[in-house]
Amino acid sequence: MRRVASIALHTFKESVRERVLYNLLGFALLLMGAAILFGRISVGIEQIILVNLGLSSISVFGLLMAIFIGIGLVGKEIERRSIYSILSKPVRRAEFIIGKYFGLLFTLVINTAIMTVGLYAALFYQKRHLSSADLVVLEAVYFILLQLALVVGLALFFSCLSTPILSAVFTFCLYVIGNLSADIRWFGQETGSVVIEKLTAVIYYLLPNFGDFNVIAQVAHGEKIPGYVLVSNSLYALLYGTILVSAAILVFEEREFR
Amino acid sequence: MLAVETLDLTKDYDVGFFRKRLRRALDGLNLGVEKGEVFGLLGPNGAGKTTTLKILLRLVFPTSGTARILGRELDDVAMHARVGYLPENPYFYDHLTAQEFMNYAGEMFGLRRAERQGRIDRLLERLGLAESRHLPLCKFSKGMVQRVGIAQALINDPELIFLDEPMSGLDPLGRREVRDLILELKGEGKTIFFSTHILSDAEMLCDRVGILNRGRLEGCGELREILRLGVAVTEVVLDSPCAALLRELRPYTRSVVWTGQRVRLEVSAESDVARVLALAIRHAAGIVSLNPVKMSLEDYFLGQVGATPNASQSREAVTVSEAEQGKK
Repeated sequence: MRRVASIALHTFKESVRERVLYNLLGFALLLMGAAILFGRISVGIEQIILVNLGLSSISVFGLLMAIFIGIGLVGKEIERRSIYSILSKPVRRAEFIIGKYFGLLFTLVINTAIMTVGLYAALFYQKRHLSSADLVVLEAVYFILLQLALVVGLALFFSCLSTPILSAVFTFCLYVIGNLSADIRWFGQETGSVVIEKLTAVIYYLLPNFGDFNVIAQVAHGEKIPGYVLVSNSLYALLYGTILVSAAILVFEEREFR
Repeated sequence: MLAVETLDLTKDYDVGFFRKRLRRALDGLNLGVEKGEVFGLLGPNGAGKTTTLKILLRLVFPTSGTARILGRELDDVAMHARVGYLPENPYFYDHLTAQEFMNYAGEMFGLRRAERQGRIDRLLERLGLAESRHLPLCKFSKGMVQRVGIAQALINDPELIFLDEPMSGLDPLGRREVRDLILELKGEGKTIFFSTHILSDAEMLCDRVGILNRGRLEGCGELREILRLGVAVTEVVLDSPCAALLRELRPYTRSVVWTGQRVRLEVSAESDVARVLALAIRHAAGIVSLNPVKMSLEDYFLGQVGATPNASQSREAVTVSEAEQGKK
């Protein structure tokens, strides 16, 4: 356990020292500042625009960080051969993978927290006060984090299996398909073909369903998220995330470092 | 109990992109390394030295055969707490300082903070890195990275240390320091298993050597034995010998080389040396020197490796090692 924590902390340090992270974080905060301007020119719906743009920025920049840092988690260690000195120590390969996963997740939680503070600051600037109704934004942020937890799992899985560039492509493709999986299933049902319907159903159940985590529009309109959605999404992310990390461990256990 | 034991260790790698085929990197390696000895694994590039070390450190898996370290199976994680490893051409984390990296390495062994810090201080001091401890590793020269690599391999005070080309990238002073360090570690009772293609290092440090070529162990033994076996030639230099003497000496000599007024003779059998000297005295030739030529590890290496179809490659390896030494 202590080794997992140590690897996670090291991964966090490594991620935090990546220059690209600061660029993305700076850009995301800038976008939130710009959201205030967009809000001003949208009479009556200033808050909707601000929350919408703010949460979308958190989601998109979080996704970029998860993919770009995630694909290098294992790939870069193999490429640079730094992994030799770690795996020759009394470290189980599973500990290495779990440590890497939680290290990047922790980085993303910190970044998302900073961006969320930025969003609340922008909201306060716009409204001159904050109310308990604004807490609903946190629910959307929580769902974004669940989504990111799955994206990190995907990136980690592919980085155990493939090169960093291919891992990025696979992870991004699955993210896009996963966001559209409900639409794909609906399309399958509409075609009337049993084969296509079954195929789209398989895609729907097999690939991560990112669409269910997207509540940005509801939150922007001040709608509360039902409790059962919070619970079911949390359980789904936990289960799917566990499967992804386990699959990454299985692949990594068999991996040779030539 | 042996420190390292391999039994028919074999490794095949997949090569080729479209048409996959197997390339045998290690072919039935049987090796035993005693506790407390310095064992050198020698061989030209591509002989299978690094593959052997990687199998022992479970970075690659053997195709067949088994190995044990300190009496334990290779997948025994606890055993790795008693082992240190310096990879070939090591590369560590650019974003970490030497102090942070050593700390990370120490954490992997579950060392407590105070103990960890004490060992880091001692090792960085011992390897001449104390002043650079707070510099990021990306600012380190190749030699400094090599020293960090050695330091991290010793952080757990291991019983058995694997060093893959430990002198690589070091300047003459660094090479000497590492040589002294290996001897110090041996003095502390540690077992050292290192691979090298620099024969002079092996000659200076190893109790026993194994010679690998194309994945096969071509020879293995105590260095003293190997070198003693090699005392087969006695070099005799005579001044102004007459033609009659040279004619009489012909049955006892292997080669005759003239240098100005002097002639250098190689006498193959030790029992013939006295006869050669007696003849020289009888013909009033000056005896300049008499020198029993010991076989060097390099001769032995070439004898073992050079006889195979891979000879040109091995010669190249020796030449490289000589060139490297010359440079340094």
